[in-house]
Amino acid sequence: MSTATQATPPPAAEAAGDGTLDNPRSLVDFVLRARTFGIVGILALFVIVTTLIQSSFLSSSNIRFVLGVSALYALVAIGETFVVLTRNVDLSVGSVVGLSAYVSANMFGAHHGIAIPIVFCVGIGVGLACGVVTGLITAIGRVPSLVVTLAMLYIIRGVDTIVVGSNQVVANSLPDSFVNIFHDTVLGIPDLAWVTAILVAVAAYYLRSYRSGRELYAIGSDPDAARLAGIPIAKRVFVAFVLSGAIAGLGGVFWAIQYNTINSTAANGLELQIIAAVVVGGVAIFGGSGSVIGAALGALLLQTINVALNVLGVPSLWTEAIAGFLLIVAITLDRGIQLRLAAALRKRRTHLGA
Amino acid sequence: MSENADARVPVLSLAHASKAFAGVHALQDVSLELHAGEAHALVGENGAGKSTLVKILAGVHQPDAGLLTVDGEPVFLNGPSDSADEGIAVIYQEPTLFPDLSVAENVFIGRQPLRSGRRIDSRAMDREVEEIFTRLGVPIDPDRIARGLSIAEQQLVEIAKALTRKARVLIMDEPTAALSPVEAKRLFDVVETLRADGAAVVFISHRLEEVFAICQRVTVLRDGRFIFSKPLEGLTPDDLVRAMVGRDVETGTHQAHQPGDVVLEVGHLTREGVFVDISFEVRAGEVVALAGLVGSGRSEVARAVFGIDRYDAGTVRLAGRALRRGSPTAAMDAGIGFVPEDRRQQGLIMDMSTEHNIALASLGRLERLGLIFKSAERAFAADWAKRLQVKYGRISNPVSLLSGGNQQKVVLAKWLARRPSLLIVDEPTRGIDVGTKAEVHRLLAALAGDGVAVLVISSELPEVLTLADRVLVMREGRLVATLARAEATEEAIVAAGTGQTGPAQPPAPAGATA
Repeated sequence: MSTATQATPPPAAEAAGDGTLDNPRSLVDFVLRARTFGIVGILALFVIVTTLIQSSFLSSSNIRFVLGVSALYALVAIGETFVVLTRNVDLSVGSVVGLSAYVSANMFGAHHGIAIPIVFCVGIGVGLACGVVTGLITAIGRVPSLVVTLAMLYIIRGVDTIVVGSNQVVANSLPDSFVNIFHDTVLGIPDLAWVTAILVAVAAYYLRSYRSGRELYAIGSDPDAARLAGIPIAKRVFVAFVLSGAIAGLGGVFWAIQYNTINSTAANGLELQIIAAVVVGGVAIFGGSGSVIGAALGALLLQTINVALNVLGVPSLWTEAIAGFLLIVAITLDRGIQLRLAAALRKRRTHLGA
Repeated sequence: MSENADARVPVLSLAHASKAFAGVHALQDVSLELHAGEAHALVGENGAGKSTLVKILAGVHQPDAGLLTVDGEPVFLNGPSDSADEGIAVIYQEPTLFPDLSVAENVFIGRQPLRSGRRIDSRAMDREVEEIFTRLGVPIDPDRIARGLSIAEQQLVEIAKALTRKARVLIMDEPTAALSPVEAKRLFDVVETLRADGAAVVFISHRLEEVFAICQRVTVLRDGRFIFSKPLEGLTPDDLVRAMVGRDVETGTHQAHQPGDVVLEVGHLTREGVFVDISFEVRAGEVVALAGLVGSGRSEVARAVFGIDRYDAGTVRLAGRALRRGSPTAAMDAGIGFVPEDRRQQGLIMDMSTEHNIALASLGRLERLGLIFKSAERAFAADWAKRLQVKYGRISNPVSLLSGGNQQKVVLAKWLARRPSLLIVDEPTRGIDVGTKAEVHRLLAALAGDGVAVLVISSELPEVLTLADRVLVMREGRLVATLARAEATEEAIVAAGTGQTGPAQPPAPAGATA
């Protein structure tokens, strides 16, 4: 061993040989798909087990109900995903939903015979305005979003309390055509679920196929690199918060349609359920990876479990504990997958300089 | 050709630029003229202002004074995208890739090819990146995510980025610091092609032999001031070193050490897919160098020995006692110190002060009644900072304010303060200026003289030859050669590291600094 050994084959032969095996992208793709399949798998498991115990769970009316209820959560999860992808978080969505729900539903009482589309626009407008404020402070003022949106959570809820006071919107002040939207279906699927599904599809396509969409991932993946690459970080983050706000505003109208009775505590604590759905759905909490489809599936999963436990007569206390447990499972699983993936990429690393 | 070049309008010129940060002058009255088809070297010790100058050209910093012109027209760069619009591409010392995005997306971020409806044409994007990689001879799949790429691979992605921009001005901040000679050679070929196509190239490197190999003109900075800008023809490496340092620097020579007992004994160490069956020993008072190409598994062996990474088989024994695997704490308790390759990410806590960084690995010893007393910590840190001649403004200032060389000394101080019996140093002088480099070399030699076993990992062959009593060469995860002091030559190491029979080296003029 005192001089170089030359017995090994020339490295060029090796490099040529492993060209086909060496495809880390398809590996990564596979893992991401496996992640989505994982959610679908757990979902299927819950549905099957619940149906075996209580066969009515898989009735078409119950499926419609689950989809209708999930629509709101999946919808708000879209906006939250935009924000989380950029390595930020929006804690104010619950308060925005609450405020928007009251303001929009109250329109019916204030202006008799008002057209429903206008009510939708009012709801979205309320959310948009909240999103603009949050976005300005976070993106332009460069204050950490955790703090800004925590403050906005309280401020918007405070505004809500002042606006609502001791009033509340009750079901019989709402027109039937509005209340019935929850039960309206197209091809057997609730209208609300359709709206959410279409928005999920649009958002997913945007995030995949547009420069500004990819830049949201880039910002979350490495903010410093994003700055050097000349990505307008402030603008993109601002838009993400505005979208999150506007979508939460729309969510408020969904809330009004779903619950009919709205007081100043409406959608209290919703933000944590939304973030849970986003994370369970495979969006990295520190940004850079994940999809709106995953987030929407995460919301669907958590709501299905909610309803399933209800159907099985499990006290609602347990629902939250189980959601928490799932969150930990999801994160642990992600971490495990990440480590495995890193190890696999390491083993397949292409050797340069041969 | 440079005489002609002066007559033409420069592609880019920066005249009398100054920049201060919080009252400290980083750059004072510095001028730079870049001409098409010319490779321009920018040299200077760390802290001379090269990085600040680069960041001004990149649009990251705006100069306090000075005029920037492109093709003779004054321009003002408000941000990195303005700079890119002027055709300026910068390859930073630390690659700036997005780990979650694909390689192709990293190359094209912000300017992906579009198809109808302003949608990204990912097929065209992959195709174009594929073409460039083929041209560069790089076996990277454009479709894979960037996470997990080696530094050399990341650098090549950065180069592909600059190539697709069709940059007229290409600025490379120490592009070869992490590259093996073969990879560096390939990079130089690319630079040569670009230059022949009429691009202006700015090349920053501490390896002066590279400067002489590829550049036509040189600008020297010292302490943020402009020293001179001349054609390289007629200059010698010594001239440059004198201009950079402002004094003569003695180049390192090897001092033999008298090896004592075996300190580190590595037996059949294997980590699947990374390195296989590695066995060697390091004796007290001996400097052993681990050489080989980047990606050959050198650093990974060191990380496994120190317990950062797990290994699948084999043993690590320190002074005869087996070391628990996968535990840096156990390794530290056994007397190992580890200076990692990446100072900023792994060696230091950049926002912490110099004193806290130095004391960080010795807090257990500084503890009194379960508390750390500030005065004791400061005295301790100041003592070690003085022994290693760390130059700092205030010891309570963040370590990020120090120059690269001084930061490295802080990392060394942190470990030496623990009085290790084995010190592992990965790339001891990466990105460190020539003056400090010689100091670090002397320090490591003195350490071995005191009976410490030293394991050095280095890509720089002159450094290996200056320091090592014995050279271990790795290639593709295997230990392929052990060269005794007398047999260790640059040719032998390169031959073993690349698996070639004959010496295959880029032309390196003699007389370069170690």
